[in-house]
Amino acid sequence: MTATAKKLGDVMLRVENISLSFGGVKALTDISFDIREHEILAIIGPNGAGKSSMLNCINGFYHPQQGSITFRGQTRSRMKPHEAASQGIARTFQNIALFKGMSTLDNIMSGRMLKMHSGIIASAFYKGPAEREQIAHRAFCEKIIDFLEIEAIRKIPVGRLPYGLQKRVELGRALAAEPTLLLLDEPMAGMNLEEKQDMCRFILDVNDEFGTTICLIEHDMGVVMDISDRVVVLDYGRKIGDGPPDEVKHNQEVIDAYLGVQH
Amino acid sequence: MLYREAGQFKTSYPADQAIFTIKQDRWFFALLMLAAFVGIPLVATDYLYTALIIPFLCMALAALGLNILTGYCGQVSLGTGAFMGVGAVAAWNLAFRVPELNLLVVLVLAGLVAAAVGVIFGLPSLRIKGFYLAVATLAAQFFLPWLFTKVGWFTNHNSSGVITVPRMTLFGWEINTPMEKYLFALGVVTILALAAKNLVRSNPGRRWMAIRDMDIAAEIIGIRPIVAKLSAFAVSSFFIGIAGALYLFVYLGSAEPDGFNINLSFQALFMIIIGGLGSILGSFLGAFFILLVPIFLTRVPPLIGLDMSTAAIAHTEVMVFGALIVFFLIVEPHGLARLWQIAKEKLRIWPFPY
Amino acid sequence: MAFFLEVLIGGLMAGVMYSLVALGFVLIFKASGVFNFAQGAMVLFAALFFVGFIELGLSVWLALPLTVLVMVALAWAVERLVLRHLVNQEGIILFMATIGVSYFLDGFGQSIWGSNVRQLDIGLPTDPIFLMDGDILIQAFDLWAALVAGSLLVALVLFQRTSVGRALRAVADDHQAAQSVGIPLNTIWIIVWSIAGLVALVAGVMWGSKLGVQPAIVSLALKALPVLILGGFTSIPGAIIGGLIIGAGEKLAEIYIGPFFGGGIENWFAYVLALGFLLIRPQGLFGERIIERV
Repeated sequence: MTATAKKLGDVMLRVENISLSFGGVKALTDISFDIREHEILAIIGPNGAGKSSMLNCINGFYHPQQGSITFRGQTRSRMKPHEAASQGIARTFQNIALFKGMSTLDNIMSGRMLKMHSGIIASAFYKGPAEREQIAHRAFCEKIIDFLEIEAIRKIPVGRLPYGLQKRVELGRALAAEPTLLLLDEPMAGMNLEEKQDMCRFILDVNDEFGTTICLIEHDMGVVMDISDRVVVLDYGRKIGDGPPDEVKHNQEVIDAYLGVQH
Repeated sequence: MLYREAGQFKTSYPADQAIFTIKQDRWFFALLMLAAFVGIPLVATDYLYTALIIPFLCMALAALGLNILTGYCGQVSLGTGAFMGVGAVAAWNLAFRVPELNLLVVLVLAGLVAAAVGVIFGLPSLRIKGFYLAVATLAAQFFLPWLFTKVGWFTNHNSSGVITVPRMTLFGWEINTPMEKYLFALGVVTILALAAKNLVRSNPGRRWMAIRDMDIAAEIIGIRPIVAKLSAFAVSSFFIGIAGALYLFVYLGSAEPDGFNINLSFQALFMIIIGGLGSILGSFLGAFFILLVPIFLTRVPPLIGLDMSTAAIAHTEVMVFGALIVFFLIVEPHGLARLWQIAKEKLRIWPFPY
Repeated sequence: MAFFLEVLIGGLMAGVMYSLVALGFVLIFKASGVFNFAQGAMVLFAALFFVGFIELGLSVWLALPLTVLVMVALAWAVERLVLRHLVNQEGIILFMATIGVSYFLDGFGQSIWGSNVRQLDIGLPTDPIFLMDGDILIQAFDLWAALVAGSLLVALVLFQRTSVGRALRAVADDHQAAQSVGIPLNTIWIIVWSIAGLVALVAGVMWGSKLGVQPAIVSLALKALPVLILGGFTSIPGAIIGGLIIGAGEKLAEIYIGPFFGGGIENWFAYVLALGFLLIRPQGLFGERIIERV
């Protein structure tokens, strides 16, 4: 159903023996996996398994006590979020992290922040280089707006938009950065069937057309089985499954975790 | 009916991103500029200049600066008065010690000095937020006037501590009368307001608003909080410093550093709350409104037969300010600017109700 | 050495006075998350009514409960007219609203009672006391102030253990959750602001006795802000200790460091000290750390 001959590249992100704890709570224990270029990887697991924490480690928000993360050949363990952004990692959040006071267009334009270089003086004059830059990046953002079919709401402050549309705008902001690795934290949460289908379509198109590598956290098994190339399963901070969707679906440990058999 | 966008299509991004996208808005602004530069000089009296219009321009600029910091970037500051003082003292020292300097250069340099000081006192914002930051800015508000009074060099060792402005000339035009002072201030404020509007609708503005709305998310899309916050402090203090210099040069004429105290800081804060946080227009509306209240309270009661002593008027003024702040925060947190926007939207569909 | 002790003790006493004001802040902040900028104005307001009633000829024993009634009425009015309408707003909006309340009370109090300085004598001894064979001079009044503050502290800490105290802590933690277990938010707020009003009254009486009741009290109350930074916004003991540190620090700095700068350091020393604290330990000595999650 999806691209039959999708060429997967080399390993883009390698996570090795990551352990993360908050005080006495161990969020992640000895997690290792990798993500290959152009792949769609899904991270699944029961609530509290540490999925969001894993994503937070990848993009520099949390710093694991042990282990290393190698992104495109560069190993690092204490990285700041804006450094992750400048290396080409973008993400969306479970509880939407949009700038509620700004319009849709402004939010998406803010995703281009790293590519825009006009300083204070140039912006104060506006006419000239600053305006040209604004227009050029506006054109790019409009393409994203077209792609996500949100033209009608471009000038509306996002705080006033319904939840499903906000999630789409957040995806747009992440796409605006032209990321090489896109981290999506429960992009379908709270959506109805139609919205989920739209979101799936967008994710697949992004992976298809732009070749963006995608790592997503998702609870809807149907979605996961349909669109992902590989699945990593977490439970209580440990990895209990790693492989193509069909393989993971039949993994006894995974079935136990979801059905709640006593450990 | 009068205010319709029907038939006005924007066919290019520049047109869509202009400051005034609707023709009626452009006309309105042109008329406003005409009234300001030509109309007012024809009709205003000296009293009107000195009591209302000139302080309005100075405080509007200060409110603009504070709005950039607090309204757009979300960093609360109670140090506006002190930074106005920095600008005033810097400008005076420059004008006094280097008389050959062009007046405009003096203003810009004073602004830059204020910006530097603003950055220093803005450093705490990297670690603290909200009213904690407000308290930190109080440190600036109390320290700076003390510094200017104690260190005699700032006031040229004047025993009374008062600094008096030297004669002002700009390219041969001597600025003496209230009307001339008004025109000078008007020119400066107009240019700076335009610059501010440009700033807030392009990258710097978006950076600031991102920090205000959710600084964690801002960091994740690549905005460095340190750059955004300190640039907000710098630009804001630049504006406030020039406002302070203007306040001294065209309004007060002479002042002691103690005059740039916390009351000025509160006045500016009230202006942007009532005028509208995060709005350039709001800064002007708020400044006008706040400055009008004392005049209103001195003029109107006698007209309706109510005789109030000066003390009573002063107390009522304070009470009215307090009540207005609470009122606006409850009823329309986005201030007069939002009310103006609502009025325009109603005008669009007038005479229909919806 | 004796001189140092004298300055130190004098500073500590002054600090106690700051603590009295800071206590009011902490109470309201702990119970509603609101930083009540109007606390200083409330101190003046309470003092004005108290001294006003006394000047009208009422005895202290009548003026006191009457002023308490006034402060409770004030709490009710603030809740009704201001707080109720701003329930879901962010802290910064509430903070600015309390600035508005502060201005209003400032003008209102003075409209009724005028702005002259008035002496307030509630019968506390004002004789100097000599310690260490006459080498150290302290005021008896200051000792009484310390005693009053201490008793207030004990009373408040005990109060926290009661069921009402527990309810207040619940409200401070999460408004909606507290409401959903049946805690009446509005009543709680009236109670809290009334207690803060009482604390303001105590502070007002002590300050008024020492300096006379005058508008300048409001700006002195502004000094409570550095106290809160040092002690932590949510800690009652912190308010006391923070006050002691600020009071002592100010006086000592003025005497020992002041001469190098030409004096007048007292005006800003407390704030700069607080600033330093903010950079190193934003939650103060005893406050709670604020952790943000995405």
